[in-house]
Amino acid sequence: MLTKRIIACLDVDGGRVVKGVRFKNLRDAGDPAECATAHARNGADEIVLLDIAATSGNRRTLLDVVRGTACSLFVPFTVGGGIRQLEDATAVFDAGADKIAINSAAVGDPALIGKIAACFGSQAVVVAIDARKVNGGYEVFTAGGRVPTGRNAIQWAREATACGAGEILLTSMDRDGTQSGFDCQLVRAVAEAVTIPVIASGGAGSALDFIQVFREGRADAALAASIFHFGIENIAQLKRELHHASIPVRWPC
Amino acid sequence: MIAIVDYGAGNLNSVKKAFDYLGADVVVTNQSQVLTAADKIVLPGVGHFSSLRGLERTGLRRALLRGASAGKPFLGICLGMQWLFDGSEECIEVAGAGIFSGKCRQFPSSVKSPHVGWNSLTIQEGSRLLRGLAKDPFVYYTHSFHAPVLAAMSAASEYGLPFTAVVERCNIFGVQFHPEKSGDVGLAILKNFCEV
Repeated sequence: MLTKRIIACLDVDGGRVVKGVRFKNLRDAGDPAECATAHARNGADEIVLLDIAATSGNRRTLLDVVRGTACSLFVPFTVGGGIRQLEDATAVFDAGADKIAINSAAVGDPALIGKIAACFGSQAVVVAIDARKVNGGYEVFTAGGRVPTGRNAIQWAREATACGAGEILLTSMDRDGTQSGFDCQLVRAVAEAVTIPVIASGGAGSALDFIQVFREGRADAALAASIFHFGIENIAQLKRELHHASIPVRWPC
Repeated sequence: MIAIVDYGAGNLNSVKKAFDYLGADVVVTNQSQVLTAADKIVLPGVGHFSSLRGLERTGLRRALLRGASAGKPFLGICLGMQWLFDGSEECIEVAGAGIFSGKCRQFPSSVKSPHVGWNSLTIQEGSRLLRGLAKDPFVYYTHSFHAPVLAAMSAASEYGLPFTAVVERCNIFGVQFHPEKSGDVGLAILKNFCEV
């Protein structure tokens, strides 16, 4: 039976894992390679590494981090942040990523999704969407949540799928880092609108939040960062709880 | 020496990295003569069945078929496994190797496609590739087409319907999932292939 995935996310800045609240107030959370291996050993089904600064000066550091993290990781590994063109994606794949996540660049040029998919396959292209509730709808924001686009998140998810995306990584900016639960309404709306897997992100605080986002949100996978880094929720323990709640998970693994 | 075939489809790093980790002597190649010299052959692949055209264009197809019929242990991964069959509905103009009969088909519309994530294997007794694994282990998949169920199937998974996860006969092995991305279970499978 296909299981629901638990994904550990590493937000990286200048070669270190950091974590903030609502995209701000960053705290240091360790070395990326060490964090990734520890999460995988603990039962993470996948690792996502996001370069949150994504400045050109950080680029070489990022590729070194990707290389260092990939070499001892044998679960799927996604890298995002600052990928603006095919060449950026190629460099990240060459450094050892299995999938890339694109966000702002895909909004600016949806054809980029198809370009990368044509070279590396749709399965390797994750379109990340940062959405916030605005006037009763969900609006897409880019540039790390700083720039409103006026676009509707559900429509954009549909369009990204049609362009060749393999998965949608959907972050609720309202819930990011708050540990107040996933935005199940947003997740469900997108999961029902597209034919590709949807990864829910933003708001994970407890095992119950994961149970809700799988049941009510119909997510295929759920991603969290802060609760795993600071040991609030251990992935192995979380998977045991999901298993007991009859959510299919890879456990024992 | 194990040769990993590079025919320009996708990213071979992770397959090579997994064999490196196991201490295997492994090269990535697009040269027929390297395949001829190799003891074992790994045909990876992700993406569209049409990318297998690259095998014909480069002359690698002949070298692969020769290696397979010479009895060299041969492992097809994902699209590389589908190539072992007659063909795929994904691209009917490109012929598979026809080592196993049947065509690869799309998943039924009752399930989301692609099939992405960790699914369990139901293992048949006597599999050499899967020996020593715990019952119903999990492996990582990402694909939209699947191979038919047949006698040479040594493990099945279920997604809308049961499909062939692992196929093996004599020196020929194929896995639909990605052992290089399937944690300790995947590494154990690759180790078994190294020791065949």
